[in-house]
Amino acid sequence: MSAIIILICVSLTVAVIFLIAFIWSVSSGQYADKYTPSVRMLFDENETPEDLKKDKSLPKNIKKL
Amino acid sequence: MPKVKEKNIAEKCYHCGEDCKNSGITSEEKSFCCEGCKAVYEILKGNDLCSYYTDYNKDEKYPTKLSVIKFENKFEYLNDTDIQKKLLDFKDNKISKVTFIIPSIHCSSCIWLLEKLFKLNSGIKSSVVDFPKKSITIIFDHSAISLKDVVVLISSIGYEPLISPEKNDDQIKRDEFKNKDLTLKIGIAGFCLGNIMLLSFPEYLSNGGEIDSQLKNIFNYLNILLSLPVFFYSASDYFISAWKAVKKNYINIDFPISLGLIALFVRSLYEIILFNNSGYIDSLAGLIFLLLIGKLFQSKTYQTLNFERDYKSYFPVSVTVLKNGNEISIPVAKLETGERILIRNGEIIPADSILFNGNANIDYSFVTGESMPEQKVMGEIIYAGGRHFGSAIELEVIKTVSQSYLTQLWNNDAFKKTQKSNIQNLTDKVSKYFTVIILAIAFGSGLFWIREDINKAIDAFTTVLIIACPCAFALTTPFAFGYTLRIFGRNKFYLKKGSVIEDMSNINTVVFDKTGTITDSGNISVKFFGSKLSHTELCLVKTLVRNSSHPLSRKIFESISSEDCSDDLEVTNFDESISDGISGIVSGIPVKVGNIKYLLKDLDCSYYESGHEFIKKPFSTNVFISINNFIKGYYSFRNIYRAGIDKAADELSEDYELAVITGDNNSEMNNLIKIFGSRAKLLFNQKPQDKLNYVKEIQSVSGKVLMIGDGLNDAGALKQSEVGISVSENITNFLPSCDAIIDADEISKIGKFIRFSKTTINIIRASFVISFVYNIIGLYLAAQGIFSPLVAAILMPFNSISIIVIIFLLTNFFAKRRGLA
Repeated sequence: MSAIIILICVSLTVAVIFLIAFIWSVSSGQYADKYTPSVRMLFDENETPEDLKKDKSLPKNIKKL
Repeated sequence: MPKVKEKNIAEKCYHCGEDCKNSGITSEEKSFCCEGCKAVYEILKGNDLCSYYTDYNKDEKYPTKLSVIKFENKFEYLNDTDIQKKLLDFKDNKISKVTFIIPSIHCSSCIWLLEKLFKLNSGIKSSVVDFPKKSITIIFDHSAISLKDVVVLISSIGYEPLISPEKNDDQIKRDEFKNKDLTLKIGIAGFCLGNIMLLSFPEYLSNGGEIDSQLKNIFNYLNILLSLPVFFYSASDYFISAWKAVKKNYINIDFPISLGLIALFVRSLYEIILFNNSGYIDSLAGLIFLLLIGKLFQSKTYQTLNFERDYKSYFPVSVTVLKNGNEISIPVAKLETGERILIRNGEIIPADSILFNGNANIDYSFVTGESMPEQKVMGEIIYAGGRHFGSAIELEVIKTVSQSYLTQLWNNDAFKKTQKSNIQNLTDKVSKYFTVIILAIAFGSGLFWIREDINKAIDAFTTVLIIACPCAFALTTPFAFGYTLRIFGRNKFYLKKGSVIEDMSNINTVVFDKTGTITDSGNISVKFFGSKLSHTELCLVKTLVRNSSHPLSRKIFESISSEDCSDDLEVTNFDESISDGISGIVSGIPVKVGNIKYLLKDLDCSYYESGHEFIKKPFSTNVFISINNFIKGYYSFRNIYRAGIDKAADELSEDYELAVITGDNNSEMNNLIKIFGSRAKLLFNQKPQDKLNYVKEIQSVSGKVLMIGDGLNDAGALKQSEVGISVSENITNFLPSCDAIIDADEISKIGKFIRFSKTTINIIRASFVISFVYNIIGLYLAAQGIFSPLVAAILMPFNSISIIVIIFLLTNFFAKRRGLA
């Protein structure tokens, strides 16, 4: 019997991890534009803009502003 | 001063077509006007994207405008800190963030180019395109590049942003938040539902009692835990909406839903905690999940379409004022009467003014739908809203922006109402009675049992509330509207929201605007009246008009086929008098094309007689021809009615009152009677305000109006009517605020759309009946005492899903039968 309880705990934990990933993806705006990223990924990435995250002078939560 | 045309094409910038002014910037034998253009060229070249140039130049949507409009001047106002504050999303001491709508974003290379802005100017930190919204978000270092320079940069590579001072940013942000919120709620409800069903599964199969009671307990409590986010977060909108409605003393559909949900939840807690029974948690989560799916289905919106524009989003943000010989850029709102303004090529007249200097050539197509520009001479009044083409003109403002002839329309009460009259929709109307009835039954059965057994009373009371929860009922409208929206969308008829369908089904009068709505503004028929022109004469005319870029000249040129004239003749002494006409000597014969005054100017009086009969005709759309100083006749330009409009009118006239209301004169009366029949009301010479008043007048005698229009002059009438539909040839163009947008080619289907909206409402009514039947069956089962968690878990989702399927099948079946699929 306890095996089932352990299994349920494990499965719920895994499920909750995915739920958290989902919540994060929604709140970081990944559902706002469902088309452009599909095009963007096909461009060559030889040169990218200065990485916003590395530039410490910029506020961290710039995407959410 | 007209600009001297540059003959040497090689000296124009290869990228933007602007004069290079000997900038000396070259790359691979191509000259460029600036480093920016060269950089863009090199980026494109380096990535084999030079086809950009061939596509770009062929595409008539972006003609040589770029070379004419001086972006530098045009965006001067962006240096104004007040305007900057309004436009910027965010600003700190180092960086700024701004979002623009760019209508010309249309393909993946646009995304590519716009996201490489950082290569063109190192001040730009990042640029991110949102393709469906046609918007770009730019983060830039404002110490390195000013907002104005950012805009000039993106404009110069062909992506001029749409800048409006009245961004309804709040609205957009609210919608975005709502969407995000709904996605989260559905996600969480779906997650919990899945797990709850998994944990309830043993219960479904057990027939009670067989499973370990300890395990059952654990499962039940886990279910309660999982139901908490569903009940308190995912379903919260229903409780809030119901509470708000009750506070305002009315009952909406969310009220019985909330009652049902609360009854389900409380009853489940009660059963689990007190009796170790399994509750109805699975049904609860399932219902909430389905309800939210319905909401998502209805919330489908057309992101690129904007239904809420007023004149402000179309008028310029700033205007160049001449003060003591200096040009100063000021916001249009601050423009005062008596000021002298400068309007350059392609700019819009912001306020009613008198032409002070120069020749104006005003395109009022956004206002009236009329595509032929009007020409004005010094001293004439120019109304706001027209776009000027030609060399720069000076105007003296006689009315402020908000008091101008056209814009004062927006001061009308029709625009102050945030919502149209608060008609209760069908669902709320029915749910009012529904709620009263189920509450009566619930209390009745509760009171019936209360004398015998308090527990039984609670049981009966909650069971009724649960069974009667009108979830199937609540899903009916969102799904029926959602399917219909999609069917209309496939037919290029875009509704602002689902409730427009209900408004549309109730109308009894259809009002049409004429110019641009039922006439095709892009398609103009050219007809010659007068003594028939011989081949040689046609040739003379054709050769002369070829030298003019005036739209009417182009039309005449196109109308003379190469069969009539294939010779190449020489023109000497060519002269173009703006807003009057053109003249020249073709193969030795003097030819003149223009308005009657222009032709008569140097003519002998003896020739006057021959032209006399034509003079009576209004000459705004008539162009006269004289060959060898003899007036031959005139070309008449007339808009052609859109294909199928007569059939649509015929269909509509059976059930609806028809009216045509136009700002034009009654020259088209006979044609209109032919199309709309003798019963239709025809009103001519109507001002924008008259159109609005006419709609009000019909409404006052219990008429429900559907208005179809296209220009700013219809904006008032569109807003006042129950349903306002904008006709558009290109849906990204400017449109007045409206409830729906219809593609110009589909206007002949308007009768079908209206009829289909009625069908949809009937489908909803039928579904209401079905869901009532379900409720009665449920109540009957409950009365028999066979209402168990298992029955509930099957019955309730079955109701909802079967309703969804029935609506889907019915709407698609009828759409096919009506030829709308």
